[in-house]
Amino acid sequence: LNCWSESFGICFYALQNYIIGAFKPACNISITFSDGKTRKQVPLKKENGQTAMVPLFQSQENIAGKISIEPVQGKKVEHNGIKVELLGQIEMYFDRGNFYDFTSLVRELDVPGEIYERKTYPFEFSTVEMPYETYNGVNVRLRYVLKVTISRGYAGSIVEYQDFMVRNYTPPPSINTSIKMEVGIEDCLHIEFEYNKSKYHLKDVIIGKIYFLLVRIKIKNMDLEIRRRESTGSGANTHVETETLAKFELMDGAPVRGESIPIRLFLSPYELTPTHRNINNKFSVKYYLNLVLVDEEDRRYFKQQEVTIYRLADTS
Amino acid sequence: MMISEGIEDEDKWLTAGIAGLQQNAFYMHRALDTNNLKDALKYSAQMLSELRTSRLSPHKYYELYMRAFDELRKLEMFFREETKRGCSTIELYELVQHAGNILPRLYLLCTVGSVYIKSKEAPAKDVLKDLVEMCRGIQHPVRGLFLRSYLSQVTKDKLPDIGSEYEGDADTVMDALEFVLQNFTEMNKLWVRMQHQGPAREKEKREKERNELRDLVGKNLHVLSQIEGVDLEMYRDTVLPRVLEQVVNCKDELAQYYLMDCIIQVFPDEYHLQTLEILLSACPQLQPAVDIKTVLSRLMERLSNYAASSAEVLPEFFHVEAFAKLSNAIGQVIEAQVDMPIVGAVTLYSSLLTFSLHVHPDRLDYVDQILGACVGKLSGKGKLEDSKATKQIVTLLSAPLEKYNDIETALKLSNYPRFMEYLDDGTNKVMANVIIQSILKNKTCISTADKVEALFELIKGLIKDLDENLDDEFDEEDFNEEQSSVARLIQMLYNVDPEEMLKIICTVKKHILAGGTKRLPFTVPPLIFNSLKLVRNLQGQDESVSGDESSANPKKIFQLLNQTIEALSTVPASELALRLYLQCAEAANDCDLEPVAYEFFTQAYILYEEEISDSKAQITAIHLIIGTLQRMHIFGVENRDTLTHKATGYSAKLLKKPDQCRAVYACSHLFWVEDHENNKDGERVLFCLKRALRIANAAQQMANATRGSSGSVMLFIEILNKYLYFFEKGNSHITLDSIQGLIELITTEMQSETVTPDPTADAFFASTLRYIQFQKDKGGAVAEKYEPIKFLVSITS
Repeated sequence: LNCWSESFGICFYALQNYIIGAFKPACNISITFSDGKTRKQVPLKKENGQTAMVPLFQSQENIAGKISIEPVQGKKVEHNGIKVELLGQIEMYFDRGNFYDFTSLVRELDVPGEIYERKTYPFEFSTVEMPYETYNGVNVRLRYVLKVTISRGYAGSIVEYQDFMVRNYTPPPSINTSIKMEVGIEDCLHIEFEYNKSKYHLKDVIIGKIYFLLVRIKIKNMDLEIRRRESTGSGANTHVETETLAKFELMDGAPVRGESIPIRLFLSPYELTPTHRNINNKFSVKYYLNLVLVDEEDRRYFKQQEVTIYRLADTS
Repeated sequence: MMISEGIEDEDKWLTAGIAGLQQNAFYMHRALDTNNLKDALKYSAQMLSELRTSRLSPHKYYELYMRAFDELRKLEMFFREETKRGCSTIELYELVQHAGNILPRLYLLCTVGSVYIKSKEAPAKDVLKDLVEMCRGIQHPVRGLFLRSYLSQVTKDKLPDIGSEYEGDADTVMDALEFVLQNFTEMNKLWVRMQHQGPAREKEKREKERNELRDLVGKNLHVLSQIEGVDLEMYRDTVLPRVLEQVVNCKDELAQYYLMDCIIQVFPDEYHLQTLEILLSACPQLQPAVDIKTVLSRLMERLSNYAASSAEVLPEFFHVEAFAKLSNAIGQVIEAQVDMPIVGAVTLYSSLLTFSLHVHPDRLDYVDQILGACVGKLSGKGKLEDSKATKQIVTLLSAPLEKYNDIETALKLSNYPRFMEYLDDGTNKVMANVIIQSILKNKTCISTADKVEALFELIKGLIKDLDENLDDEFDEEDFNEEQSSVARLIQMLYNVDPEEMLKIICTVKKHILAGGTKRLPFTVPPLIFNSLKLVRNLQGQDESVSGDESSANPKKIFQLLNQTIEALSTVPASELALRLYLQCAEAANDCDLEPVAYEFFTQAYILYEEEISDSKAQITAIHLIIGTLQRMHIFGVENRDTLTHKATGYSAKLLKKPDQCRAVYACSHLFWVEDHENNKDGERVLFCLKRALRIANAAQQMANATRGSSGSVMLFIEILNKYLYFFEKGNSHITLDSIQGLIELITTEMQSETVTPDPTADAFFASTLRYIQFQKDKGGAVAEKYEPIKFLVSITS
């Protein structure tokens, strides 16, 4: 998995160099946010594998700022108009480079003309609806970007992007039942397990216990795994990718009937995202707790249970 | 081969484990030195991962564990400093729980937990509860036991005990208790579980391994006993029931035995006393194979010592009816464990007896009750063959003797003699010896015939041969020693009342006469002397009781004695019998019983004539006869003449001349009894001495004839001394001339060339002369008497 994304990064980087080498840009475009100094910056992994700090927004915020265009010394920039777009895009990796825009807002900044010297345009998108969070998955990514386009005729347009991150916060769910279940193999193993909730926030702790009702196999150990299931596409083209994000040993050795084993798993060390359900009919990200028992012959007995992960507003 | 390879492999794994541990410990130290918390956690977790091994036996695992333990102390110190640097303890407490592997995670958690409690940022009870709960994740017995042992170790000084700095709210002791009890319970479960895991053929190995681990479990009980806040009430209502519940329910022999013993050893005596019922009620519920007798014995031993420690605690023993409870429990256990070997039962009773003797020294009925119960257990099993059991029985039976220092007490125990029936001959003897030694040691006086009867019944192993089997392993020395003890015992029998004393004597006589010829020489003399003692006592009070029809009169006793001595003829032990006859004769003399004395003398003479043929024995005997006869004063002239005549006759018929000579001059005393004027016959004295001289002369000549040299002048010097004696006593037939003549004779003989030099004789003669000189020098009437005797001291000496 890691290997794949790295090689992709290298390809992309090479392409960019090629473009820069062929056409020297006639101007520098810079995009700044009006509250850029105070707004929280978060790391974002870019296509080239590098991490950059980008501002963090949430839905319904105003996104405003300035765009300045400064022609290269002694040159003029002739254009057919300048615009800035706010795009919410989904990119499927099997269809790389093809972005599906689920959000697209445009602000015209200038009418066709020429720029001789540095020129600054304020812009503002107010109360922008950004229902989905930024997401970087195995087969899909969802990103938000500001795109500045200086349209030119035959010379080709000059384009500049500014990524930003969107995270949406959810209040604690009003109903959050525990997960309780009795599972087993007849006359061999009966266990009852309980997770205290069905919905956990990203920094939450899973508390629970496993109660052994019948043990006739020689268990070696028991783990709790957190698995992420990312499904992309739809219908026959559905592609599912499952990752194990955490493998947390709960028990060492063979319990006997009547034992109850505590669970306490802190979620904070793991890189989780909220659960995403059917994002624009393009993809879903779901989380599962997988209880795995391994016997002395290394046979695995497991029970997988979906839990919902949500983002709770930082109180700090 | 397989095993040795296994051990080698194990060493290899241990070495590898230690190496891995040390390497990670090294990185951990580096992280600690640079205050790098993240790395410290990472490497400590890796280090602790070495403890995840399943390949080591508990013994080797312990070695690895101890190393990790040392490292964890350093880590704990680091954590403490870390919290001072601003990292909150609760954060640390969470942070260590991020570790993916459970065993390192829990070791780290316990370590931070310890810091957490110390920081007092949270109540100790909450942290403890969390720790002990989380440790459930380790279900592997060895790893679990060590982890929990670590938990116990790092928290034992942090329990919210009363008076501790971690003391909490009102229920604080309960919280501390709850924690330790839970950890104990879990550890015991793991420990017991070990027995049931793995292949059946390795059962023994597992038991050995479990034994190595038992102290890890037992330590919890020790921790419990150290909790200050546990008072009797709490111990009775919570601690003991909870611990016992675990002990009973685990249904594991090894654990039950060990833990019961632990309970008995770690908790205070007074608690045991007050909770006896609870503790004992667990016993019948234990597995049949549990060595419960040892457990109970230890308990009773402890309680006995406790009772012995101070008299102040005794009322408590009565109050809780400790004896009844213990006795009851033992009964139940013996009943429940049908297969218990007899030695087990005896051991139990023996312990109970010890207990009873310490706690209820006055309750003889308890002792008898115990003995009765034990005999009941033995009955129907025939003689005991089990040497261990008999040994225990000896202990059991000796205990009352040691305690009461008084055999009389034991004699009151109706069940005591019943016991002896189940002992083999050897043990019977041992026991009899113990009894006798006890009597001798304590100088117990057995004072009634009934008691004597009972006593002899007890010690019959020594009194007679118990069965027909010939003594293949007869040990003369042992036998002599045993019989000497019996003899001493007979001496101890005494009652001031002559009637009773006579009964005692009759009883003893009855028993010892049945004892067989080997024993008589040992047992008859003390009986005789004991009887003579009675005779003397009677004689002392004769005035008051004489003449009445009391059965205890000297005559009757002498009849008894006569019969008794007669028994010796079957041995035969004629020399001994002769001496005894003479003793009796002398006693009869003192009682003025002439016919009796005469009879005894007759018996002695008969023996002399018929039985004593050895010339040396004859010499001894004749001197005894002469000596005794000399002291007799009751004989009339006729009797006396007969006896003295016989005695001189015997003397003259001795084999060797010197012996003849000596016997004859000794006879001279028979005719000269001081203080009895009518018994002084100077002529016959002189006659005896002259006859002695003739014999001495004959001896001298015989020596000359056979060896060519004259024999010693010793006899002459001896005779000279007799002359001097009678001279001094005023026998007018002894003249100065005869003395003078004798001195000259001796002097001449000594200077003769044929004489064999004899320094003893020289010295004797010299000192005789010196005596004469001394008497001369004294002055007065004596000196005058001696004055005419002339000799040259300077020349001879």
